[in-house]
Amino acid sequence: MLTMENVTKSYPHRGRIVTALAGATIDVGRGDFVAVVGPSGSGKSTLLLILGGMLSPSAGRVLLEGQSIYDLSADQRARLRKKKIGFVFQTFNLIPYLSALENVEVPLHLAGVAPRQQESRAAALLERVGLGDRLDHKPSELSVGQQQRVALARMLANDPAVILADEPTGNLDPETGQQVIGFFEECHREGRTVIMVTHDPRAAQRAKRTLRLSDGAILHEPDARGKLHVA
Amino acid sequence: MRTHTLVWREIFERKSQLFTSFLAILLGITVIVSIKNISFYSEKAVAREMDSLGANVLVLPKSTSLQEYYSADMHGEEIPEEYVARLAMSDLEGLDNLSPKLSMPVTLGGKRFTLTGILPKSEFQAKAAWQGAGIFSRPAGCGVIGTVPGADEPPDPKALVRKRVIETLESDEVLVGADVASSLGLREDQTLALSGKEFRVTALLPQTGTVDDSRVFAHLHTVQELYGKGPVINAIEVVGCCEQISKGLVQKINQLLPEAKVVTIMQIAEAQIKINQLMSRLGTIFLVIIVLVGGSGIANYMYANVFERRREIGTLMALGADSWFVLRIFLLKALLLGTVGGIGGYVLGTVMAVVLGPRLAGVTVLPMPLLALWAVAISAGLALAASYFPARRAARLDPCATFREI
Repeated sequence: MLTMENVTKSYPHRGRIVTALAGATIDVGRGDFVAVVGPSGSGKSTLLLILGGMLSPSAGRVLLEGQSIYDLSADQRARLRKKKIGFVFQTFNLIPYLSALENVEVPLHLAGVAPRQQESRAAALLERVGLGDRLDHKPSELSVGQQQRVALARMLANDPAVILADEPTGNLDPETGQQVIGFFEECHREGRTVIMVTHDPRAAQRAKRTLRLSDGAILHEPDARGKLHVA
Repeated sequence: MRTHTLVWREIFERKSQLFTSFLAILLGITVIVSIKNISFYSEKAVAREMDSLGANVLVLPKSTSLQEYYSADMHGEEIPEEYVARLAMSDLEGLDNLSPKLSMPVTLGGKRFTLTGILPKSEFQAKAAWQGAGIFSRPAGCGVIGTVPGADEPPDPKALVRKRVIETLESDEVLVGADVASSLGLREDQTLALSGKEFRVTALLPQTGTVDDSRVFAHLHTVQELYGKGPVINAIEVVGCCEQISKGLVQKINQLLPEAKVVTIMQIAEAQIKINQLMSRLGTIFLVIIVLVGGSGIANYMYANVFERRREIGTLMALGADSWFVLRIFLLKALLLGTVGGIGGYVLGTVMAVVLGPRLAGVTVLPMPLLALWAVAISAGLALAASYFPARRAARLDPCATFREI
């Protein structure tokens, strides 16, 4: 489903070359649920951004369903994300001046869905995450947990095959965090591929596989069942 | 959700930041619309004044002064009649009428009067080569009000007094000035002997208070025969479109007829023309100011807006927005800003022009709907141009860099 082949990401910083990811090779199968763990600055977010077609690697290839995504233009990658990838961010990244309903409608609008259908689908998704009574609330009028649930509903708007989550429980209390992880498990059961960067060991335990990163290198996979190549 | 909903909501979210840029463009357009509106009616007033004067450009022999022409019209100097053809055949814009004249003294009932030969309009039309030369057609942008002599009025010989041109005049017909008619007791259709030739009085001209009252008008070619110097004339009276005169019609005639003297009587409307020129200059200055200040204000605001929204842009890109979508939301915002600024500026500017027009330029000013299109086009065009580079920067943002920075 999603493959990284010997991917390196380095960039200049104050006259030095910093390597964020060093020769990472992974292969994530369809319907897998992978937790990426590691200390801060180990390259977890870089790995996620590269997998999502948001950050070009310095070397190596990334394949989504056999297609090398960095052989595509930036706009073609944007269209690919729109169709196949759902992002969740640690800080939710909701658009502050739009209501919960409108935030969920954004990816549907980008996908060219008609306004009436956008509204019914967005309302159904918000109902699913338990926010059916908060459709018209702006992010600032919602609790942190509710904001993350709006972000989860938005992530599912275009029914993505792959979900990339960057510290989705990082800003949440443990109870809400567990609810969010439960939601990812539900997505996994629906057959979606979930890759989640997390600091939370309890969240990582609920994934099917764990990928540990340190200084940009993949160290090992404690409970590997799928294919994983250590860099 | 529609793209414009996204744009509209964002504008209202940060309306205080937008206010300064909006105010700059609104005030700029207000001033320009106001100036343009007052200028238009002021130019119309000049045109009306010039039109009421009849001829406003004179082509005279080189050695003749304007005073001599007005005092007696018989300065004894001649220019060839061929000059009329040169003017008629030229591509000069703004010649509404040409009226060649030849004057000679005549004695009637023991009193001296002036016999003036004029060329009726029918003579111009009879010459195939002169047709379509455009001398009686109104040039594009000519601001002259009123009618072109003979073009849309029934032929009336008395119109000569004001229009300086008449439709037809046969070789044995004369028009008699008011003083001549009263001192000789002449009536219409009466016969009159001038320099040994019989003429029929076609019309008695109304009192004008000018030298025309002491004139007898006959066909130019008849007067040339009596004068005995061949096809010559003393002067060509030209009704020039005043706007074209401002644009150098006199100089152009001078270039065409270097052997003649070309003078204008524009000084009669000089004060009004000066106001118009001032308005025109002010309009240009304000246009430059609005382009520089308004444009840089909008560009500055847009750059700040892009910087402030980089995380939002990154999020949209992560959700699948391509660069064209990002470019579009910023340009749509600029278009909205410019259009509303243009409409608002038109309304305020028109109110200002209607109120201030009579005080500043001494003319009554009415709203000009066409200026609304002009105002919106300028305002929206400026906002779009000023926003293009900031919008392009937004569209080229590296989405992951936008997350990392925050």
